[in-house]
Amino acid sequence: MKISIQKDEGLIEYETTLEDATLLEVLSDIKHNSDNSLCFSSGCRSSVCGSCSMRVNEVEVLACAYKVQDGDKIEPLKNVEVIRDLVVDMDKAYSFNIKAKAWLSQISSGISLDGEDSKTNAVQSDCILCGSCYSACPVYAVNEEFIGPFSLTRVWKYVSDKRENNEEQKLTDVQTNGIWDCTLCGNCTVVCPQNISSKADIEMLRMKSAQYGLMDPSFGSFDGGFGFDGSPSF
Amino acid sequence: MNKKCDVLIIGAGGAGLTAALNAKQSGANVIVLTKEYPTRSQTCMAQGGINAALGNAGEDSVEDHIANTLKSAHGQADEEAIKFMCEQAPKAIEWLDSIGVCFSRTEQATIAQRALGGASAPRACYAQDYTGLKILHTIYDRCLEADIEIQNEKYLLEILKDDKDTVCGAKVLDIRSGQVEIYEANAVILASGGYSRIYDKNSTNSSASTGDGIATALRAGAELIDMEFVQFHPTGLKNSSILISESARGEGGYIINSKGERFTKELAPRDVLSRAIDAEIKRGESVFLDIRHLGEKLINEGLPQERKLAKLYENVDPVHELMPIRPVAHYTMGGIKVNRQSETSLKGLFACGECANHRVHGANRLGGNSLLEIVVFGKEAGLNTALYAKENVRETAINADTSSVIDEIKEYENVLDFYAKREHLGDLFYKNVGIVRTKEELKEALDEVLAIKANISKLGVSDTSKKYNTNLVEFIEFKNSLDICEAVVESAIKREVSCGAHYIAE
Repeated sequence: MKISIQKDEGLIEYETTLEDATLLEVLSDIKHNSDNSLCFSSGCRSSVCGSCSMRVNEVEVLACAYKVQDGDKIEPLKNVEVIRDLVVDMDKAYSFNIKAKAWLSQISSGISLDGEDSKTNAVQSDCILCGSCYSACPVYAVNEEFIGPFSLTRVWKYVSDKRENNEEQKLTDVQTNGIWDCTLCGNCTVVCPQNISSKADIEMLRMKSAQYGLMDPSFGSFDGGFGFDGSPSF
Repeated sequence: MNKKCDVLIIGAGGAGLTAALNAKQSGANVIVLTKEYPTRSQTCMAQGGINAALGNAGEDSVEDHIANTLKSAHGQADEEAIKFMCEQAPKAIEWLDSIGVCFSRTEQATIAQRALGGASAPRACYAQDYTGLKILHTIYDRCLEADIEIQNEKYLLEILKDDKDTVCGAKVLDIRSGQVEIYEANAVILASGGYSRIYDKNSTNSSASTGDGIATALRAGAELIDMEFVQFHPTGLKNSSILISESARGEGGYIINSKGERFTKELAPRDVLSRAIDAEIKRGESVFLDIRHLGEKLINEGLPQERKLAKLYENVDPVHELMPIRPVAHYTMGGIKVNRQSETSLKGLFACGECANHRVHGANRLGGNSLLEIVVFGKEAGLNTALYAKENVRETAINADTSSVIDEIKEYENVLDFYAKREHLGDLFYKNVGIVRTKEELKEALDEVLAIKANISKLGVSDTSKKYNTNLVEFIEFKNSLDICEAVVESAIKREVSCGAHYIAE
């Protein structure tokens, strides 16, 4: 079986004898036995650490959860600086969690949640920050200040949580370069290894924002009140 | 220019980040270094739960939690430390709840709890089977809120000491640039994880669990303790060593052989169960975990990861089929010797998490106690270190150059492949320093470790790039593993009587 891997020096073809193997097993085999210089990130092998996200035939996958096929083309994530071969610099994507203030506004106490409450954001809190969604996002591709899918999901995780006592502030923090910039294309949902739909979470954030009178700034022409955020308004 | 801070923390898993939060809240200026990214650390892999005697799912008490933990420790624990941890447990859960951890809940609006092995009551609070992931990410979010400086992809090379033998910083490799950097600090906390990967592929752990911090501390002169106590988890998937959580048995799963017979108690402590399974396998049997009778609904709701992983790695769907399993290295009880204040034997060096040995697990850790330990002692380490750093402010700059082990490695011949050696040593340790040990086999393993160490210059790296050289980092990890292997097997040889996870064949 042959696969090709995008390294710094170009697209290199490798032969593997492993069968029915995950991409991570194949990459490790190549690194140990034929090319010690091949660089990729990995960790848990069980899809919870988010290290081994990359693209196979132009679709984002976790290498540890993808079974290799003959002829596969392996590339690093998009919309992010490649450090070497398949390793990318996640610092910028992670910084959106700070920009979006993706945490509980205030430490809460004495708020009890029941079984139903715990289901509201169980899926959102499965996020492993693998960054596949940023790679697949066409808005982030053209606007590098867009807060982006996993950070917005994280904000919805907290906003939808009964323990958050300042919904309005949380929503205000994601108005600019945030929820209204998304085109709802759904690419993030398709590529998410944890079955999270950031698109759906962004729609929820929009509905909630509307309840607080926070509206899409590109709609209508108010006199004042909204600052121009630099994003194109169609 | 050297980077300076009050408290330098090496490792950004649950223990390191909890320590960082508490040190910062005490007024210390904190820098956290990690060789990966914080949310990629081993903590994210903890599935089963975190113990606290809340009594939400059946009668329970702190006394019972203490008694169960003590019993499982086989006399090798510090009773006071266990008492402290178990007493703090309900507060630790309260804190995690207050910062937004998405625990599973009961109909009565309390945190759900389930039974894990060796516990007299359902005591493990959980978040489906993503307990560690959700705790880690929430603590990480808190660190962002607290504006804690976290530097990613920095690999620890040396712990630095001044002329009075006091720890004053660390020498690290910036993996991205290949530069060696010096960090100066009034105090250093190691929270760098355990060493299960000395068993290479025979471990449930992330490939990063190579014991770097422990090996580096040992070289700096810190004492280690109880290194021979390695926990083998009874239910790793047979071919991939991927963990199937104890919660699968907690929910009622069976351990059976190929004849369909249940041959052991499923909720016995891990050391006992691992030996029973190992004996069955050595008799030529295949062993399986059977959760078919739990039904698809419960499996999807309570054990979603397990189903996904069994399908991916063994091509079996546990809703309809048996999962082939074997015990594999999972957690290392041994580590850097610390006192109740998380101080190591080196002045200025503290440790918490799996790299430290607070003597709360003794010879065998109970499921659900490791997440508890990192939160309880992570906090203690953070508070105590901040206090120490305040009282021991360093006035003079340290005088360290950037020479390191990397210069030495560049001279190695690289005529033998270290990846092959690493795999060979992992398999040898699984066989000889594993679930059941004999004096002869331990000696054989020690000889092999010493032989590899004596010929280390025959190994080496072929990648000469400065930038992001994982070949080099993996080789330094392997070098660290060799030091750990030696410590483990020497410790094992010294303990001639079976105790907990250290089992000597009659």
